[in-house]
Amino acid sequence: MSDFYHVSSSPHVRAKDTTGRIMLYVIIGLLPTSLFGIYNFGYKALILILVTIASCVASEWVFNKIVHKKNTIGDLSAVVTGLLLALNLPATLPWWQAVLGGVFAIVVVKMLFGGLGQNFMNPALGARCFLLIAFAANMTSFEINAYTGATPLAAMRAGEAVNAMDMLIGRTAGTIGETSAIAILIGAIFLILMGVIDLRIPASYIITFVIFILLFGGYGFDINYVTAQLCGGGLMLGAFFMATDYVTSPITPRGQILFGICCGIFTGLFRCFGANAEGVSFAIILSNILVPLIEKYTVPRAFGQVKESKKAEGGK
Amino acid sequence: MGLKTFKGGVHPFEGKELAKDQPIKEVKPEGELVYPVSQHIGAPANPVVSVGDAVLRGQLIAEAGGFVSSPIYASVSGTVKAIEPRRVAVGDMVKSIVIENDGEYREAEFHPCDNVEGLSREEIITKVKDAGVVGMGGAGFPTHVKLSPKEPEKIEYIIANCAECEPYLTADYRRMLENPEELIEGMRIILKLFDKAKGVFGIENNKPDCIAKLTELTRNEPRMEVCALQTKYPQGGERQLIYAVTGRAINSKMLPADAGCIVNNVETILAVYNAVKLGKPVMNRVSTITGDAVNHPGNFLYYIGTNYAELVEAAGGFKSQPEKMISGGPMMGFSMFSLDIPTTKTSSSLLCFLKDEVAEIEPSACINCGRCVEACPEQLIPSRLARMSNNGLADTFEAWHGLECIECGSCSFVCPARRQLAQSIKTMKKQVLAAKRKK
Repeated sequence: MSDFYHVSSSPHVRAKDTTGRIMLYVIIGLLPTSLFGIYNFGYKALILILVTIASCVASEWVFNKIVHKKNTIGDLSAVVTGLLLALNLPATLPWWQAVLGGVFAIVVVKMLFGGLGQNFMNPALGARCFLLIAFAANMTSFEINAYTGATPLAAMRAGEAVNAMDMLIGRTAGTIGETSAIAILIGAIFLILMGVIDLRIPASYIITFVIFILLFGGYGFDINYVTAQLCGGGLMLGAFFMATDYVTSPITPRGQILFGICCGIFTGLFRCFGANAEGVSFAIILSNILVPLIEKYTVPRAFGQVKESKKAEGGK
Repeated sequence: MGLKTFKGGVHPFEGKELAKDQPIKEVKPEGELVYPVSQHIGAPANPVVSVGDAVLRGQLIAEAGGFVSSPIYASVSGTVKAIEPRRVAVGDMVKSIVIENDGEYREAEFHPCDNVEGLSREEIITKVKDAGVVGMGGAGFPTHVKLSPKEPEKIEYIIANCAECEPYLTADYRRMLENPEELIEGMRIILKLFDKAKGVFGIENNKPDCIAKLTELTRNEPRMEVCALQTKYPQGGERQLIYAVTGRAINSKMLPADAGCIVNNVETILAVYNAVKLGKPVMNRVSTITGDAVNHPGNFLYYIGTNYAELVEAAGGFKSQPEKMISGGPMMGFSMFSLDIPTTKTSSSLLCFLKDEVAEIEPSACINCGRCVEACPEQLIPSRLARMSNNGLADTFEAWHGLECIECGSCSFVCPARRQLAQSIKTMKKQVLAAKRKK
């Protein structure tokens, strides 16, 4: 009989957003800071961005071919990883090191754990830390307008004065995508408006971090110091684009806040007491590892569920 | 702002324009009528007629099989042709009484009640029970059971579910516009049962004309009010509606009565009116026949037991060969592989689509985006529950409150990875509940 109709379990309709579209939104959200990075650091930045993205996409494609899996590069997640990784690299990094970083991010951090959705650590940050350890000198040498310069955080650590306005706009040394707080915020607002990210993680992260440095930073309430800490390193990029990575952050609403707090405390700890001026990458990666634990203790109470202790009162 | 609602939910394409402006039209059945003995929750009804018997419209053909059960009446006059298993909308074969329609609509004697005010509580409930009134929004829970809570004095709200939150459906909308007096009278009858209760009509604000009309008509009713609700699916879910109207939250182990509420949908309240005031059992109902596959989508008053195919004819037939048929709304309805299926007391609509939107969908990996969590009106973690279902982890499923799922489908709807979340959760829920029943 040909006139059988289709049968499926409800619901029989779906919303329009797909994984690919969400990834596209993230790419658009990263455009302002990418463009500013290219403007700030010149053609080298552009080349490095393109090379890193190409490396990530190619790694995923080749990996899928080798293990005979359906190709997944269409979901654009490798592009996002590549772009994020590039934004976390100094523009002067040799291209082959960036390529290696891309391969590490996709093959080791993402695909070996089962591909999209299965990695426990942010691939771009994992690769950045890998490069930091492997090529420490290249990864920490920053150049702006052809002069080697210290990042604002490093300068401040060395006791030099920094200009808060420069840091907001981004005319400072640093990785390609981290220098301009304004460009990052424009992208972040776009993502929030499109419903891709919400403020739970970034807000709890930044607030916790500010409280931490006010208490332990050793400067008390110094507006210049706080601005430098907020805008002078990878914090903005990390808080809005890396810590909010869906796969490696908790799915429970309360867990997300707790996760942000963890990120904030770790970042403060590393920046105030660590050997490096920077600490965002390590803080987020460490917090990524805590996610299963956080989720376990933040399973939300279902609608209408009464707390054991409140049951006696017949609470509503 | 100021519109009441619940937390979570989704905004599917409404599709109500298709049938919204079509006044209710009566459809007389032509072929045989089929009455499955189980068109309600609870024990199946027991046939009291045999093959060859002549029956009148409004004659009892199957009596209730227990307290939680409901009798069934013939909606046409004719002859009992067979009592045999027939296919129903959810796909099962169910024992059914088949009646050959003689086209004369000779009616049994009905006993209208001129003095509703003088009826006692018991008399009203008996009339509702004997008329076979069940939850006609889709669940089919016998209404007399709902109206007999353990402590009637604790009921504070009688909520009329006028949300009609499922996309495409417009039957309740038309009922509110065309039969508002009967609806209010039905509410008045139910309020007679509960001295302390207030009657609330919860209407989504995509139906401003209904809100205006009912507000106008209840102006002089001290015990009734209209509550405008935000348009959001599943606003008409029982727990969500109670929360929106009263701010009280109930879980799966509680009854609405535990929160002092009783919820009935529009068609059910009209059935109560028919039963008590006119003395008529449930024989007809209104349902929306719509979708892009039918020529003239509309709202039809039909004789329960009519074959779905006849309703499609009433809606002008198909434009071209449809791919999908859904009994009920697109979010929670049942897809049917054939149209040779009888309508029942709970058939609120038939959706006919040229294309099956979900057939081409291929699920991809969960990216943990949390949209299902935001959408879940029960504040669950659907993506994890679905994974536990697929892995057979019944204990964890329960620990993560999987049994609280109301199967509204919002999680599957929003999932950007197109995963079958609600579908997996429903499956596990059935298994867990079945295992519990065995114990």
